[in-house]
Amino acid sequence: MSDGLAIETHDLVKQYGEVRAVNQLNLRVPKEQITAFLGRNGAGKSTTIKMLLGITSPSSGTGSVLGKMIRDASQNREMRRDVAYVVEDKQLYAYMTVEQMVRFARSFYADWKMDQETRLLKQFQLPLRQKVQALSKGMRTKLALLLALARRPQLLILDEPSEGLDPVSIEELLQEIVKAVAAGVTVFFSSHQIAEVERIADRVCIIDHGRLLVDASLDAIRREYRRITLSFEGNAPPISPSFPGVQQVKTSGRQVALLARENADAVVELTRDLHPTSVEVTPVDLREVFLETVKEN
Amino acid sequence: MVFKLNPSAGQPLYSQVVQQVRHAIETGVLRDGDALPGIRTLAEELVVSPNTIAKAYSELEHAGLLELRHGSGAYVIAKRRLKSRAEQIRAAQERVQKLIDSLHAKGFTEEEIQRMFAARLFYDLSIERKP
Repeated sequence: MSDGLAIETHDLVKQYGEVRAVNQLNLRVPKEQITAFLGRNGAGKSTTIKMLLGITSPSSGTGSVLGKMIRDASQNREMRRDVAYVVEDKQLYAYMTVEQMVRFARSFYADWKMDQETRLLKQFQLPLRQKVQALSKGMRTKLALLLALARRPQLLILDEPSEGLDPVSIEELLQEIVKAVAAGVTVFFSSHQIAEVERIADRVCIIDHGRLLVDASLDAIRREYRRITLSFEGNAPPISPSFPGVQQVKTSGRQVALLARENADAVVELTRDLHPTSVEVTPVDLREVFLETVKEN
Repeated sequence: MVFKLNPSAGQPLYSQVVQQVRHAIETGVLRDGDALPGIRTLAEELVVSPNTIAKAYSELEHAGLLELRHGSGAYVIAKRRLKSRAEQIRAAQERVQKLIDSLHAKGFTEEEIQRMFAARLFYDLSIERKP
């Protein structure tokens, strides 16, 4: 296992009957960074997270979280001591009040951060005496977040943490993630909200139909991905999509739009031989990268 | 100083921070000895990954523009008098304004002018950049 990785999987597969929810996934999540797991609904994000946590077992393939093998029950128990998570079906006890739930969780962890608990209870404005089952979806998410953040995990795994939260709460959530990472925690969170991923993530893994399509740093995406639009005197000449670095070619009348995932300058140099009347190079944001990548899949 | 980061721009966030600090030093907004927030504080304020700020600060330190003191933040180093630079920028802004005015006079809209500038600058940036 590599030292610098918090999560690593090899050809991870989850088959539900005819459906392959996760397909040969090779995931690598570096330590002390924010890695976003981006995909549409049903892309395989939650299934992957459940396999990482040992909630569901893989059909085939292997993986490790903090160096502990995910298919080994005793290693899995050890791993869960250092991993805090907020998953879809938040494991909360509906009949308890918020206060009882927090006290109950606190009793499990010797290194519970009381200051963090107090601060977050106040900030999230959680109603202490209300039963968990009577909480709104957003409030339940906040409670689950508080329980995860009041611990001292090495790794924080969040499945769609902003789902059901209002914009103010999303901002608070993102700030808490930033705080945790500044304190040395590794964060792996799934999302389909491109704007939040684009703001705080160091790396992004794009998954679609169970397959990992992009695994890159946001810096690299910002620096490398370019839209190159070539205009011609007459009809645009055919351009091979096998041009090195070109992910996509779209021709429309006298114009050709290329999506380069790297080496945009080399691509521009090569297209000079075609004598375009104008060349326009523009940046491509994560939304476009995501939509184009998923569309092609 | 006030940072304005654009997550959708085709430029890494850390280099946006670097560029804005450089610019603030060049224009005298930041002076020698001025304090910048610590990595953690600035990351929380801008709601970006702490790794982004750490990378920006380390690049600025490398360029001799910032001194990082463990636990007590970051301090600007601007030994040279940069007043002349500020004047140059003002003069350049005037020239840009004149050019814009003349393009306006030719009937180009603000949007068209902005597009021309952006496309031209971005193109040059892409061509000149060495890996």
